[in-house]
Amino acid sequence: MPSIEVQQLSKRFENSAHTIFSELSFTLAGDESLCLLGPSGCGKTTLLRLLMGLEQPSSGTIHVEPQQGIQMSYVFQEPRLVPWRTCLENVLLPLELTSQDSSSSRTRAVELLQQLGLAGRLKHFPHELSGGMQMRVALARALITQPRIVLLDEPFAALDERSRFRMQDILLELKTGMNLQYVFVTHSISEAVYLGDRILLMDNTGRAKDCRAITFGARNQALKLTPAFNAVVQTYAQLFGEMEHSMFESDVCEASV
Amino acid sequence: MNSGVMGWIEDKLPAWLFVALLLSIWQWAVTQQWVASYLLPSPLQIFHTTVELWPEILAATLSTAQSISWGLGMSILIGVTLALLFFAIPVARRAILPFCIFFQTVPIISIAPLLVIWFGFGQPTVRASAFIVSLFPILANTLTGLQETDPQLKELFRLYKPSAWQLIFKLQIPSAIPYMLTGIKISAGLAVIGAIVGEFIAGGGLGSLIDAARTQQRVDLVFSGVIMSSGLALLLVFIIDAVSRVLLRGRPYLRKL
Repeated sequence: MPSIEVQQLSKRFENSAHTIFSELSFTLAGDESLCLLGPSGCGKTTLLRLLMGLEQPSSGTIHVEPQQGIQMSYVFQEPRLVPWRTCLENVLLPLELTSQDSSSSRTRAVELLQQLGLAGRLKHFPHELSGGMQMRVALARALITQPRIVLLDEPFAALDERSRFRMQDILLELKTGMNLQYVFVTHSISEAVYLGDRILLMDNTGRAKDCRAITFGARNQALKLTPAFNAVVQTYAQLFGEMEHSMFESDVCEASV
Repeated sequence: MNSGVMGWIEDKLPAWLFVALLLSIWQWAVTQQWVASYLLPSPLQIFHTTVELWPEILAATLSTAQSISWGLGMSILIGVTLALLFFAIPVARRAILPFCIFFQTVPIISIAPLLVIWFGFGQPTVRASAFIVSLFPILANTLTGLQETDPQLKELFRLYKPSAWQLIFKLQIPSAIPYMLTGIKISAGLAVIGAIVGEFIAGGGLGSLIDAARTQQRVDLVFSGVIMSSGLALLLVFIIDAVSRVLLRGRPYLRKL
């Protein structure tokens, strides 16, 4: 049974002639995680916001099972922590706002932060944390409502490489540990290949290509050094090239790798 | 920033040394009779007068402090309440805010006689005077703060479909606090002026102590009154800074706003 079903989805912002994308369709099964891959400005974030219900489609339908709302959570491009709340209070915010705050939720928030390596930082304010730590708090905040689906918008793009790799592995661990499904926006091909069961390639002209199932064994950072992994990355780089060449002069192609 | 004793020495000592230098020059100039002591009494003379008349000066200072606290307290209470009201009901803002601005432009000294007619001599007029001059900065700053809530945080909150109350108390008021504190700081200085001006006309407190000393050519006593009133203003700033430190502990970078 599909958990996300997108049909003939089009989006154009009001007062704008530019169509972000049109007639986009894809389905995502309940155990699959998807990476949205494409150059800046191709509509990845818009698609993610549509899935979350932060934007309304111009036409087409989005069906999410279970229903949109609390079963789904969203991680923004930046940590977006509330500056006057401590780490722990930031994590508890979604529960307070949805009136699910209880004594057990506090214990769960603490456990979650411990799991993300922030045990000693519960009472710290966001400005006292590094960018990577802030992102982990943001991730904990997204997970505290025990969602089935997490939507992540280039969450690790601003992090240094080591933190980014660490976060990628944390996300993979959570996926199996908490039985999560995620939709992950990125413009890095290798990140998409590493994190996605499926990849939706998008280009600047509003077209998208749905690419299926990459099966690797265990995913860990060592995998990225293997020829098999790099071959897949190469394939995607090529696909990208083809999509762009079919529409653009070669000199305006964006380097995506 | 340096911490501890060394930090204090580096930070504050130059100012204290400079004050000591100025006072020495002043004292010296008066003892050398370069300046007539009935025009400019020496620092030591002012000190002696203050000690000699301490009970009167203290009583006057306490009375003024009371009026300032009352006026500023009411300004905070009514200013913040009005700001919330104007924020929640734009029509009320359009109706009443121009009136408040008009109120603000009327020089306090010109309506002080009117206040005496309405409230009589003594503290009620002084309190009203302190209140009127200190209301507007708090109102205007708080309103700005409420209106300038970070749209990104607003979007974050929107994910969890908060009630209007939750938005006000968990997002908009905390966002406005730095602005509110800035307004209170400006108002504190104004409240001191308002109280002294009120006392010039309605009597009581340091204002009338200074006025009476003037008519008796007691310049030394005038100075005592001036020093006590600036002492009150300094004390207020100190208290507000202490409160800011607590309220803005998650946002130390906004303390100097």
